[in-house]
Amino acid sequence: MSDQTVSSTFLSDARHLIGQNRITFAAGILLVLFVVLAIIGPLVAPFDPTATDASASLAAPSWRHPFGTDALGRDVLSRVIVATRLDLGMAFGAVALSFAAGLILGPIAGYFGGWIDTVIGRFIDTLMAFPLFVLAMGIVAALGNSVANIVIATAIINLPFYVRTARAEVNMRRDLTYVEAARMGGNRPWRVLAVHVVPNILPAMVVQASLNFGWAILNAAGLSFIGLGVRPPTPEWGIMVSEGATYIFSGEWWTFTFPGIALVLAVLCFNLLGDGLRDILDPRSRT
Amino acid sequence: MTMLITILRRLLSAIPSVLGVIVVTFLLARALPGDPAAFYAGASATPESIAEVRSQLGLDRPLLLQFADYVGDLLHGDLGHSVSSGQAVLSDLLTRLPASVELTLAALVFALVVGMPLGVWAATRPGSFVDHACRLLVTLGAAFPTFFTALVFVYAFYYRLDIAPEPLGRLNEIYFVAPPQVTGFMLIDTLLAGDMEAFRSAFGHLVLPSISLGLFALAPIARVTRAAMLEALGSDYCRTARAMGLSGRHILFTTALRNATLPILNVLGMVFSFLLGANVLIEKVFAWPGIGAYAVNAVISSDYAAVQGFVLMMALLFIFLNLVVDLMASIADPRVRYDV
Repeated sequence: MSDQTVSSTFLSDARHLIGQNRITFAAGILLVLFVVLAIIGPLVAPFDPTATDASASLAAPSWRHPFGTDALGRDVLSRVIVATRLDLGMAFGAVALSFAAGLILGPIAGYFGGWIDTVIGRFIDTLMAFPLFVLAMGIVAALGNSVANIVIATAIINLPFYVRTARAEVNMRRDLTYVEAARMGGNRPWRVLAVHVVPNILPAMVVQASLNFGWAILNAAGLSFIGLGVRPPTPEWGIMVSEGATYIFSGEWWTFTFPGIALVLAVLCFNLLGDGLRDILDPRSRT
Repeated sequence: MTMLITILRRLLSAIPSVLGVIVVTFLLARALPGDPAAFYAGASATPESIAEVRSQLGLDRPLLLQFADYVGDLLHGDLGHSVSSGQAVLSDLLTRLPASVELTLAALVFALVVGMPLGVWAATRPGSFVDHACRLLVTLGAAFPTFFTALVFVYAFYYRLDIAPEPLGRLNEIYFVAPPQVTGFMLIDTLLAGDMEAFRSAFGHLVLPSISLGLFALAPIARVTRAAMLEALGSDYCRTARAMGLSGRHILFTTALRNATLPILNVLGMVFSFLLGANVLIEKVFAWPGIGAYAVNAVISSDYAAVQGFVLMMALLFIFLNLVVDLMASIADPRVRYDV
C-alpha cells in the first residue's frame, strides 16, 4: 500500500467520523479554543485582569470593553479569559486525582474480590451516602479554605464514579480466556492486573472522565460561588458570577452574565465531548 | 406481611450508611486546620486557657473515646453550639429545615411534572422535533450552573419584566405577617391561617427558586424516562398489546409507563443528591432562610459545629429519601421485593 492510499483512507475515515459526529467535532473545536485560552490567556487578554480603574466603574459593554467593566473598573473580558486557566485547571486537577485513585482502587476491588472488595465497596457507599456537593462543602470546611482543597474535595466526591466503573470493567474481564492465559503463563496477579487487564479498561475510564469533567467544573465553580477557595481579586468564573450578582438590582447584567456563559460553554463542551466519545467507543450505551 | 418484612429489611440496610455518615462527620471535625482548641478558645487565648478548652472539649482524650462521646451526644440530640448564633446547632437547623425541604420538594415536583411527560413525548416520536427539543433541553439543563440560571431568572423576571417578587426570602415581610408556624411549610401554613394574599405571595416567592433548582434535576429525569419508555415501547409485551388491539393511550400510559417506572425511580437517588447540594447555591441567591444559607455562613465563618451538624443532617435526609425511593420501587416492581 502506498503512502497516498494510506493518507486518503485516513482522510476519508476522518471525514466520515466527523460527518457522523458533527456536534462532537464542534465540541472538540470549542475544547481546543478553551485549552488555548487556558495556556496563553494572560498574553491575549486586552487588559490586566486585576488592574482597577475607578473612572470606568460598571461601564456597559463597548468597543473598548466588549464585556463591560466590573464595580472596580476591571475589564470583564480580560478577567473571563484569564480565569479559564484556573477553572479548567481546578477541574483537570480534580479529574486527574480521582481518575488515578479510581484506577488503583477499582481494579484491586474487582480483581481480587473478597475482604478488600468489601472494604473498598463500603468506603465508596459511605461517600455516596452524602449529597455530593454537601460533602464537598464539609471537606473544604474541614481541610481549610484554599484552592488546593477545592480540588481535593471535588476529587473525593467524584471518586465513586471512577471506582465503580473500573471495578465493573475489571470484574467483567477477570475470567476471560486471555486473562486466564496470562495467569497460566506464570504472571503474578499484580502483573496480570497491571499489564493485561488495566490497559483494556482505559477507554471506559476515559469516557467516564470526560463525562465527569463538566460536573467537576460545576462543582469547583459552585464552591467558589459560595465564597470558598478562590480569594478576590483572583479572576475565576464562579466568584465573578457571585460578585456580579450584587449589581443585578441596579441592572448591570454584564458582570455576572459573561463569566456565567463561559461556565456554561465549558461544561457544555465537555458534556457533548463525553457523550460523543462514548457513542464512538461504545455505541451500545447510546441513549 | 411481605411488605412489612421488606420495609424492615430496607430500614436495616440503611444502618451501615448511617454509621458511615456518623464516622465521616466525626472525622471531618477532627481534620480541622490548626488546633481546634485554639480556635474555640478565641483570639485572645493564653496557653493555659487553650489547655483548659482542650480538656473541656475532651480533645486530649484518645480518638476512640472522643468518637464515643460524639455518638453519645448525637443520641441525646446534641450537635454542639454554633459559635456565630450562640444557639444549639440542632435547634438552629430544625427551625430552618422546613424552608429547605419545601424548596427541594417544589423543585422535585417541577422536575417530575415537566421531565416525565417530556421524556414520554420524546419517546413516542423518536427523531422528531419534540425529540430534538427534549435532547436540547436535557443537554442545556445539565450544563447551566444552578446559581447562574437563578441569577438570569432574577434579572429577567424580577428586574426586567417585574413579574416575579423580590428574591429575598419566602414571603414579603413588609406587607404580610408570617403565619403561625404549624408545619413550617409556608404554603401550607398560610392556607391554614386562611390568608390567601400571603399564600399567593409565598407561592410567588417559591416559583423562581424551585424552577431554577428543578431545571438541573430535569435533565436526568427526562433522559431516563425517554430511554425507559423507548425500551418499553419496543418490547414484546407492548407489541402483543398492540396486536390485541388495545388503544394507543392504554398501551402508552398503562403498559409501557408502568414498566418504565423502575428506572425512573432508580435515577431519583442521583436527583436528590443534586437537589440537596444545589439547594445551598439557590438559597444563597434568593436569601432563602433554609439550612443551606445557614451552612454557607457557617463555612465562611469557620463555625465547625454548625457545618458538621449541617452535613450530618443533609446526609441523614438523603439516606431517608433514598429509603423512600427504595420502598416505592418495591411497591412498583414486585421483583425488587424479593431481591435484597
